[in-house]
Amino acid sequence: MLVSIYRYNPEVDDAPYMKDYQIDLPAGKDLMVLDVLNLLKAQDPSISYRRSCREGVCGSDGMNMSGKNGLACITPVSQAVKNGKLVLRPLPGLPVVRDLVVDMGQFYKQYEKIRPYLLNDTPVPAIERLQSPEEREKLDGLYECILCACCSTACPSFWWNPDKFVGPSGLLQAYRFLADSRDTATQERLSDLDDPFSVFRCHGIMNCVNVCPKGLNPTKAIGNIRTMLLQRAT
Amino acid sequence: MVTQITSFGRSGLYDWMMQRISAVVLSLYTIFIIGYLLLHPHLTFEQWSALYSSTWMRVFSLMTLLSIGVHSWIGLWSISTDYIKPTGIRFFFQALCGLLMFVYIVWGIQVLWGL
Repeated sequence: MLVSIYRYNPEVDDAPYMKDYQIDLPAGKDLMVLDVLNLLKAQDPSISYRRSCREGVCGSDGMNMSGKNGLACITPVSQAVKNGKLVLRPLPGLPVVRDLVVDMGQFYKQYEKIRPYLLNDTPVPAIERLQSPEEREKLDGLYECILCACCSTACPSFWWNPDKFVGPSGLLQAYRFLADSRDTATQERLSDLDDPFSVFRCHGIMNCVNVCPKGLNPTKAIGNIRTMLLQRAT
Repeated sequence: MVTQITSFGRSGLYDWMMQRISAVVLSLYTIFIIGYLLLHPHLTFEQWSALYSSTWMRVFSLMTLLSIGVHSWIGLWSISTDYIKPTGIRFFFQALCGLLMFVYIVWGIQVLWGL
């Protein structure tokens, strides 16, 4: 199989380029894209990429596989190959550090901005803050995000304004804390989001939903934030 | 929170809501005009001018005219902040859009009322 990999080492190369590799895959087995990368790394140790848990939990190996963002460790080669060729590129829109490794700084900055932790100004109870099963249920589909950045880097609004638009991942987390019954800073959080960029740069094209490796729905969360803003303002 | 002084209402929610309300007005007007033209295949100047001399039609048309202004301003403002990165060129583009919309609205009112 032919694998084309985005190569860029800023210390040596003037510009990024695509390098082709030929690899024989074991017959009768559908490897994951990460396995293919590991085999290639044995062939050419200079290939750089991030990986850790190799089972879709840590979110380290987000990359663009034949045009679609996803986690290399849980994407079968058969699914990622197009016209007999596997094309691997770094996540789009973020600065490349080397090969498939991107600088996630901008992405984390947006995550930090939404204050991804519980804010509660009531006295701390002796044991814990209780939640009813119904209240807890509201967090399903929100808390599972692993911050792999596949969604935000698939979003054109995030490409054009990564410093101003929070992005699907950050907004999913923003709603996770807006929906949490134990958080008392709802009004403050909403005020921080009510500008023309943070939330409203989302035009609902749903690229985020299309690529999320955990099957989450940031567009729906963004819609819920809009509804909360609207309820507060009318 | 990103503060923007050149957006329409300065609040993201306000811009978003105005964009949707103006879109509803524009579609109603479009449907009305298409429907009117279909129902009057042999339209005469007298019929057309009678339609536009009635107060409700003038109100409806003025509402549509203002909606075009609001809708295109919010839309073009968004596009310019997405794609035009140099501040000088972006400001010039936004100013040009604002001027054009103002001219169109005043001109439209003049046509509508036949002053």
